[in-house]
Amino acid sequence: MPRATESRRGPGTVRIGRRALPYALLAPGAAWLLVFFVVPLFYMGRLSLESGVVGSLEFSWEWSNYTDALSLYDEHFVRSFVYAGLATLFALLLAYPLAYVIAFRAGRWRNLLLFAVIAPFLTTYLVRTLAWETILADQSPVTKALDFLGLAPGGHVLATGGAVIAGLTYNFLPFMVLPIYASLERLDERLIEAAKDLYASAAQAFWRVTLPLSAPGIVAGTLLTFIPASGDYVNAQFLGSASNQMIGNVVQSLYLKQADYPSAAALSFVLMAAIMVVVLLYIRFAGSEALMGEEPR
Amino acid sequence: MSGARVAPAGGREGRAARAWRLLREHAVTVVAALVVVYMLIPIAVILMFSFNDPAGRYNFTWVGFTLEHWRNAFGIPELTSALWTSVRLALLATAVSTAIGTLMALALVRHRFFGRRAANFLIVIPMATPEVVMGAALLSFFLILNAPPLGFQTLLIAHVMFCISFVVVVVRSRLIGFDRHLEEAAQDLGATPLQTFRLVTLPLIMPGVLGGAMLAFALSIDDFVISNFNSGTTVTFPLYIFGAAQRGIPVEVNVIAMILFGATAAAMAFVTWQQSRAKQMAAVHPQPEPAPLLHPPSREVEQSVE
Repeated sequence: MPRATESRRGPGTVRIGRRALPYALLAPGAAWLLVFFVVPLFYMGRLSLESGVVGSLEFSWEWSNYTDALSLYDEHFVRSFVYAGLATLFALLLAYPLAYVIAFRAGRWRNLLLFAVIAPFLTTYLVRTLAWETILADQSPVTKALDFLGLAPGGHVLATGGAVIAGLTYNFLPFMVLPIYASLERLDERLIEAAKDLYASAAQAFWRVTLPLSAPGIVAGTLLTFIPASGDYVNAQFLGSASNQMIGNVVQSLYLKQADYPSAAALSFVLMAAIMVVVLLYIRFAGSEALMGEEPR
Repeated sequence: MSGARVAPAGGREGRAARAWRLLREHAVTVVAALVVVYMLIPIAVILMFSFNDPAGRYNFTWVGFTLEHWRNAFGIPELTSALWTSVRLALLATAVSTAIGTLMALALVRHRFFGRRAANFLIVIPMATPEVVMGAALLSFFLILNAPPLGFQTLLIAHVMFCISFVVVVVRSRLIGFDRHLEEAAQDLGATPLQTFRLVTLPLIMPGVLGGAMLAFALSIDDFVISNFNSGTTVTFPLYIFGAAQRGIPVEVNVIAMILFGATAAAMAFVTWQQSRAKQMAAVHPQPEPAPLLHPPSREVEQSVE
């Protein structure tokens, strides 16, 4: 096709070598991420090792920022991971049946149900968290019902750890539903039929075929729920009390209220490192392909 | 699905077993329905309390019905200006992040090159970082540089930063099923690479790009945590709510939240419609057998290239 090759190199076109093309396409985005994500992490690392007060901070390999931060706020760390872990577990228990029904049983309701899953995202995060403050207020029907069931000791839900976990579960539930739905939707239903033809019961077919095949969705969903939940501070702020504060609350307050930048930076680093460890361990156990879904080709 | 497997007459599956199976099948559906209700309750509460006529400053208990706050949705100057700041910020952040994110997605799906894994990693890492850490890191950066004063510019930088990864992921997922034959056809018909991109590639990946843009817009207009670190004295809609939470949130916040809800839902419906149209327009999914060089959709391509 001589004509085609000729026209490809026609006059007036910007000529970029085929080898350079992907780099040219990547450059703006990669530069943005490097300058405004990676470099700031280094700056934060530097800040976390500085000593002194604001205005006269000096870099001095001040490792005690880390040890002090950890010994002062260890319970916040533990609480963050416990709350985030429980919220992730509850989200998984709620999300799987919903994703399953949307993928296999919804028929023409599918798009509407998917919309219902995304709908919370379309309301402002703070507004929907505040809505939970209304729902879980002391005299609300929900609180009364929970009290009746013995789940709300003293008739209070608000300002307890339970309220914070409920808020976290709610706010990150769509992150759990969507990846699980995606992996179930891709699943070849003939495999389930084959299992049944081979005399697997419905339960056996589910546990041995459907569930393992939806594992990538579960891995992605748990990570996408756990990571933001463990760093969150909005739910603890609005739905919890002073004794339910998470590590995000501490970082936020050290940075923005007390201007104790080195400690705040050290805490942020520990949080990020802790999450990385959890994520890597998890991927080790559950397999990779997480977060981004599968690789192309 | 499983209901299609009818028990043979007089077979092993008795009436009790069938009832049990039906119950179990419906149990999953019932649980799913309850979860949907759970997801929608707060939205219903937000809507309901946008019609509330609260006695004091706190809009937490139902007092009475009024349309007053819908009529005066934009009656609080600070709230309205915060909203417009958010909209302006979100539009700019969406435009920038969608443009550079789409280019990145094209590079990652279309090309194999040295450093591809590193690029993938660079894109995934921001999504695996808690917002608090991203916000704090950027603030440290701005504090030490001392260059741009905290405000709209730093917010824009931050918003583009956290939107890029999501745009890449969405556009990428659309690009993966892309039929390259259409581009080859256009080039065989004498289109330059730029013409091919503008007249063939872009229209076909447009639904994905729109999807990415919508996600970026939704993330940006809703962002509180990162903005809270890098806003200086600039107030966005979420920051206004956070500030107002201490002294009582005006009902107008609920009204505006519902307006935003309606607008984004409409935009989503539009994008979904576009996507289904695009699917009809071109076989976006690769065929199992080698696709013919010219199938019906490429007729439009021919015309537009001429």
